[in-house]
Amino acid sequence: MRKYLSLCFVLGLLICGMGLFIAYADPFTEADLKKWNEAFMAAVKEGDSLFHSSKLGKNSVSCDMCHPHASNAHPETYPKFQKQIGKVVGLREMINWCIQNPLEGTPLAADDPKMVALEAYITYERRGVKLEPGKH
Amino acid sequence: MKGKMTRRTFLKTAGALTAAVAFPVSRVEVALGQKPGEKFTFAYISDSHITQIKGTEFVRNFDNGLKKAVVEVNFMDPKPDFLIFGGDLAQLGKKEEFEHGLEMLKDITVPIKWVIGEHDYYLDLGKYWQEKMAPLYYSFDHKGVHFVVLNSILTDDDWTHKRWPTPEERMLQMARLDNPNGSPFMVKEDQRAWLKKDLAKIKQESPLVVLSHSPLYKIFKPWNFWTDDAEQVQAILNPFKNVKILHGHVHQVLYNQIGNLTFNAFMATSWPWPYVTTYSQLPNKMPALTVPMNRADPFKERDGTGWGHIELPAGIAHHYELWENPARVVQKTPGMKQPEDTQYQFPGKRISPQKHY
Repeated sequence: MRKYLSLCFVLGLLICGMGLFIAYADPFTEADLKKWNEAFMAAVKEGDSLFHSSKLGKNSVSCDMCHPHASNAHPETYPKFQKQIGKVVGLREMINWCIQNPLEGTPLAADDPKMVALEAYITYERRGVKLEPGKH
Repeated sequence: MKGKMTRRTFLKTAGALTAAVAFPVSRVEVALGQKPGEKFTFAYISDSHITQIKGTEFVRNFDNGLKKAVVEVNFMDPKPDFLIFGGDLAQLGKKEEFEHGLEMLKDITVPIKWVIGEHDYYLDLGKYWQEKMAPLYYSFDHKGVHFVVLNSILTDDDWTHKRWPTPEERMLQMARLDNPNGSPFMVKEDQRAWLKKDLAKIKQESPLVVLSHSPLYKIFKPWNFWTDDAEQVQAILNPFKNVKILHGHVHQVLYNQIGNLTFNAFMATSWPWPYVTTYSQLPNKMPALTVPMNRADPFKERDGTGWGHIELPAGIAHHYELWENPARVVQKTPGMKQPEDTQYQFPGKRISPQKHY
C-alpha cells in the first residue's frame, strides 16, 4: 500500500512538473516566426495598397503623391509635439490629418485594421532608421 | 481639431492674393559680367497636375497653385519675354484636365513655350498636346540664345504599346512615381539624331538652353528622377561651352553641374516631391551641390510649391519664387565653375529647415 502511495506521489509530481512545463514555457519555432512574419507582411502589403490608393480620400489624391515609398513621413519621430496640432500626437493622428486634409477623406478609427496596415507599411519602409521620438 | 484648412487659411490666402495684386512682383536685376548678347528674362510655371475628380470638380489644391502662379507672372514688371510651361499640366492626360488648365493659363499675357511631361503624354501619346499646345520636340531662337525643347519622357516601345490593356491603365501606371512596374524615361535615338542635326548649325560658344521634363542626368531611378540615355544626350551637348539644362518633374529646388552642363530644376505649382535622400532603403545620387528647400510644412498647402523666373544669357540667375518661404536665387555667372545659391551655399549659412529632413 505504501509503495503504491509513493508511486502515485511520484507520478503526481511528474504530471505537475509536465503541467508547469506546458503552461509557462514558450518555445516558439522557426515555423512560428515564419507564420507570424507572413501575417505582418500581409499587413504591410495591405498598407502599401491603401497608401497608393486614390480611394482612401474623396478627391483622388493618394498618400504616395507626397510620400513616394512613404518617404518624408518620419515615423521614427513619433510621438512628438506636432506644432500645428498643438499637442503631442502619435503617427496615427498625423495619418488621419493627411486623410482628412490633402485627401479630403474621413479619418480612420485608431483600431481600424486599415490604420494598422498603413502604419505597418510606413514603418516598414523606414526600417533600420533609429528611433528619435520627439524630433521635429 | 487644430490645423484643419478652414476660414483662417482661406483668409490668409485671399490676403496674399490681394497683396500680389496691389504690389507687383519686380524682377531683381543681377549684373552678369556681360558678353555680347542682350540680357533677358523668362518666367516658368511647371508641374501643375490639374486633376479631375469627376465632372467639373477638380482638386482645389492644384487649381489654387496654378491660379496663384498665373497672377504673379502677370504682375512681373517688366514683363518676361515669354513663359515656359515645364510639363505635367494634366494629372492623367484627360481633355477635361488640359482644358481646365488652359482656361487658367489663357490669362497669361506673354507667349507660352510648351514642354511635355509624362502625365500629359501617356494617355493619348501626345495627340492632344500636338493639336493644342506644341510639337513634342522643337527648337527656337531668342535674342541670340538657341533653345531646344525635348520630349524626354519617352520609354521603351514594349512598355508603351504592348504592356498595358488600355491607355487609361498605361497612364495610371506612369502616373505613379514609385511604381515597381514603371519604366525609365528616355530621349531615344530618333530624337538624339534630330538634336545632333539641330545643333550642327550652332557655334560652340553660343549660349544653348535645353528644356526638358526629365532631368537629363541620373538621380534616382525608382522615382524616374532619371533619363536612361542621359550620357548620350550629354555627349551631344558637351562640345558647347555655355549650356543650361532646365527641367521639371522633380518638384523641388535642385541644381547640379556636370562638366560644361548646368542643370536647374523648375519648382512645381502643385505639390513638393521629397528629396531622394529621404528614402532610406535604396542608394541615390542626390547632387551634393544643391542646398535643399525648406522641408515643407504639410499644414500650409502651398509650402514647397512655387514658380520661377530666369535671367540669361551669359550666366544664369534662377529666381525661385517660393510661396510660404523667402525666395531663393541660384546663380552661375561667367567665371564660376558651378551654380550656387546666393545666400545659403556655404555650409555655415544653412538654416534648420534646410537640414531637418
